[in-house]
Amino acid sequence: MLKTFPKGGVHPGENKFSAGKPIESIELPKQVYIPVAQHLGAPSEPVVAKGDVVKTGQLIAKSTGFVSANIHSSVSGKVLKIDKVLDTTGYKQTCIVIDVEGDEWIETIDRSAEIKNNIDFSAEEIRSKVAENGIVGLGGATFPTHVKLSIPAGKTCKYLIINAVECEPYLTSDHQLMMEKGEEILIGCKLIQKAIGAEKVIVGIENNKPDAIKHMTELSKKFENIEVNALKVKYPQGGEKQLIKSVTKREVPSGGLPIDVGCVVQNVGTAFAIYEAVIKNKPLFERVVTVTGKSVKNPSNLRARIGTPINMLIEAAGGLPEDTGKIVNGGPMMGKAVSTDKVPVTKGTSGVLIFPESLAERVENYNCIRCGRCVTVCPMGLEPYLIKNMSAVKMYEELKAERALDCMECGSCVYVCPAGVPLLDYIRLGKANLNKILRAKKS
Amino acid sequence: MEIILNTLISLSILGVVLAVILYVVAQKFKVVEDPRIDEVEACLPGANCGGCGYPGCRGFAEACVKAETLDGMFCPAGGNEAMKNVAGALGQTATEKEPQIAVVRCNGTLEKRKKTTNYDGPVSCAISNTLYGGDTDCQYGCLGLGDCVDACTFDAIHMDEESGLPIVDEDKCTACGACVKACPKSIIELRNKGKKSRRIYVSCINKDKGADAKRACDAACIGCGKCAKVCAFDAITIENFLAYIDFEKCKLCRKCVAECPTGAILELNFPPRKEAVVEKESETTEIEK
Repeated sequence: MLKTFPKGGVHPGENKFSAGKPIESIELPKQVYIPVAQHLGAPSEPVVAKGDVVKTGQLIAKSTGFVSANIHSSVSGKVLKIDKVLDTTGYKQTCIVIDVEGDEWIETIDRSAEIKNNIDFSAEEIRSKVAENGIVGLGGATFPTHVKLSIPAGKTCKYLIINAVECEPYLTSDHQLMMEKGEEILIGCKLIQKAIGAEKVIVGIENNKPDAIKHMTELSKKFENIEVNALKVKYPQGGEKQLIKSVTKREVPSGGLPIDVGCVVQNVGTAFAIYEAVIKNKPLFERVVTVTGKSVKNPSNLRARIGTPINMLIEAAGGLPEDTGKIVNGGPMMGKAVSTDKVPVTKGTSGVLIFPESLAERVENYNCIRCGRCVTVCPMGLEPYLIKNMSAVKMYEELKAERALDCMECGSCVYVCPAGVPLLDYIRLGKANLNKILRAKKS
Repeated sequence: MEIILNTLISLSILGVVLAVILYVVAQKFKVVEDPRIDEVEACLPGANCGGCGYPGCRGFAEACVKAETLDGMFCPAGGNEAMKNVAGALGQTATEKEPQIAVVRCNGTLEKRKKTTNYDGPVSCAISNTLYGGDTDCQYGCLGLGDCVDACTFDAIHMDEESGLPIVDEDKCTACGACVKACPKSIIELRNKGKKSRRIYVSCINKDKGADAKRACDAACIGCGKCAKVCAFDAITIENFLAYIDFEKCKLCRKCVAECPTGAILELNFPPRKEAVVEKESETTEIEK
C-alpha cells in the first residue's frame, strides 16, 4: 500500500507529454525582462542603472528585507532601462531590461561539469550562500529559501522532506531534472540537511515516475540517511502540508508552519539550485521550464534564463499552435493564464502550458446543488461552497472561523464541481480581503 | 363550584406574583434612551446607505446626539437640508457642505480602448482585479463588470452598453460613496457638484508614461502638462504622468478642456461653445467670479 494523504484529493488526467524529453538549453534572447518582484515578500531594489554593463550572474537587484531575495542578471550585456513591464502576475511591474551582448559569466562561478561532493560548509555558510545567490522555492510559491533554512529558536527539525511529487498534470521539469541531475540534487539535500540540522531526508516521488524512483533510490545508497518514498498518485500531494502528512503522518496545525511538527519541505528544483549556489557559486538565473500542451508540436523541457520572454520557449517547442485559446504560466490546476506571450520567465515559472480553444473556456456555471463533492475532495478539510458564499456576501468573521486562510487554492473543488461554480475565484477574493482586514487590525 | 373558585384564586395569585416580578425586572433593566435620537432619526432619509460612516441612520442619529458638536458629521443622502433639521432638533448649528456627486474617471470606451484578452470569469470587478490588470492594455481603467452598480442603494449608477462604462444619474446620486468603496481600481471619485451641476474633471487615472497610456487607450491622459500651463488658477497638478483638477480651486473656465490633446478632460452640463472660444471663456470666468 503506497503512502498518501488521507483527506480529499483528485486525480486529473496526467497528460505528461514531455516526460523523458532531455533538458535542452534554448538560445539566448535579444533582450531579457527581469522583474524585481519574483518572490514572495518585499520586492528587491535595483542596484544597476540605465547604461550599466552587466555580466551573467551579477547582482542587479538587492533584497530589501529578511523575506526578500537577491536577483542576478541572467545574461551579459547593457542595461537598456528600468521600466514597468507586464509580467506573469497580470500587472505591470518594475523590470530591469537588458540588451544581450554575448554570454560572459562572472569569474566566481565554477562552470565545470564535475560533480563535487564536498559538504564541508557550516550551516551559517550555507545559509548565507543561499541568501546571497537569491535562491527561492522553485515549486511555484517562490518563498525565499534562506528564510526556510533559518530554524526559529526553540524548534528542532527532524525530517527534511524533498518534494519531488510533481502532482500537477502536464509538468515534467522536476522529473527530468531528477533523471539528469540526481546526484547533484542529493548533494543539495545533504547541504540543506546540514543547514537545518535535520535527522533524516525523505524524498517523496509519486508512483507515476517509476524510473525516477528507481534512479533516486539507487543514488541515495551512496549517502547516509536519505530515503526515497514512492507515493500514490493524487493531487495535490505536492502541497507542503499534504506531503508531510503522506510521508510522516504528522499534521501541521491550522495556521501553523511545517517546522511546528519538526519538518521542512523543499522542492527538488530548489535542492539542485542550492547545490549550484553553494558548491558552484552560481546564482539562480536559469531554471527548467516544461513547455507543453495538447496541440504543441514538440513538448519539451527547456533550460531558460530568467527574463526570457515565453514566446521564445514556445518557439523552441515547435511554435504557437493555431488553435491556442490560453497560455498558462504553471500547471493546469494552480497556474495562471497570462495576458500576452511576451511575459518573461521568472523564478516561479515551472511550466508554460498551452490550451487549445476547446479546453480554454470556462464551463457554463449553474447554481450550487449542494452535492458536497467540493467538501469531499478538499485536502484541507474545508467546506469550499460555504466559504465561497461567505466571501460573496463579505462575512469575514465567519470566513476566519471556517479557516478560509488554510485554503491553498489547489483548485480541486472547482475541478469536481458538477455545476461549474467558480468557487476558487470567490475564495481567493475572500482570503485577500480577510488578510487585508487582519493586517489592518494588527497595525 | 369549588374547583372554579380554587382555579380563580390560584390564577389570580399567580398573575399578581408574575406582574410584580415583571415590574421589578422592567425597572431594574430599564433602557433609558435619549428621546432626541428618535427625533434626529426622523430628520434623516432612512436609506441606511452608510455614506455617513455609521451603521445606518439610527447609528448616525445616536452618534449625533452623543457628539458635542456636529462638526464632521454629515449625511450625504439627506444633504444640507437634513443636517439643518438635525441641528434644529439638537439646538446646534450644522456646517454647510458643498453638495457632491460621484464622478467616473475613466473614458476608455469600447471604441477607444481595445480589448487584448478575453475575461470569462465571474462577473465581478473585484474578482477580475485579483486575477490581472484587466482585459485591455490599460491597467488602471474601468473593468466594466459593474461592482459599482451592485453597490448603489439609490439606483443611481448604470452600465452603458455602448461605451462599457458606468454612468451616474445626477438626480439620484447622493454621494454616499458606496461605489467609491466598491471600485477596486479607485476610478470613482466624489467631487463637488458645482454651480448648475457644471463640472470639469480629468476622466483618466492612468499613471503610465504618456506613450504607454496612449497606446492602451485613445482617451488617456498622457501627462503632457498643457492643461496645467493654461490653468490660471493653479488648480491642475501633474503627478505620475497624470493630471488632476482640484475642484476647490477650479473656476470652471474650460480653458484646459480645449487644450487637452487626447480629450481626457471632460466638461459636463455646460452650454455648447460658440465660435469665439477664447472670448466665451473669459466671459464665463468673470461670471463665475
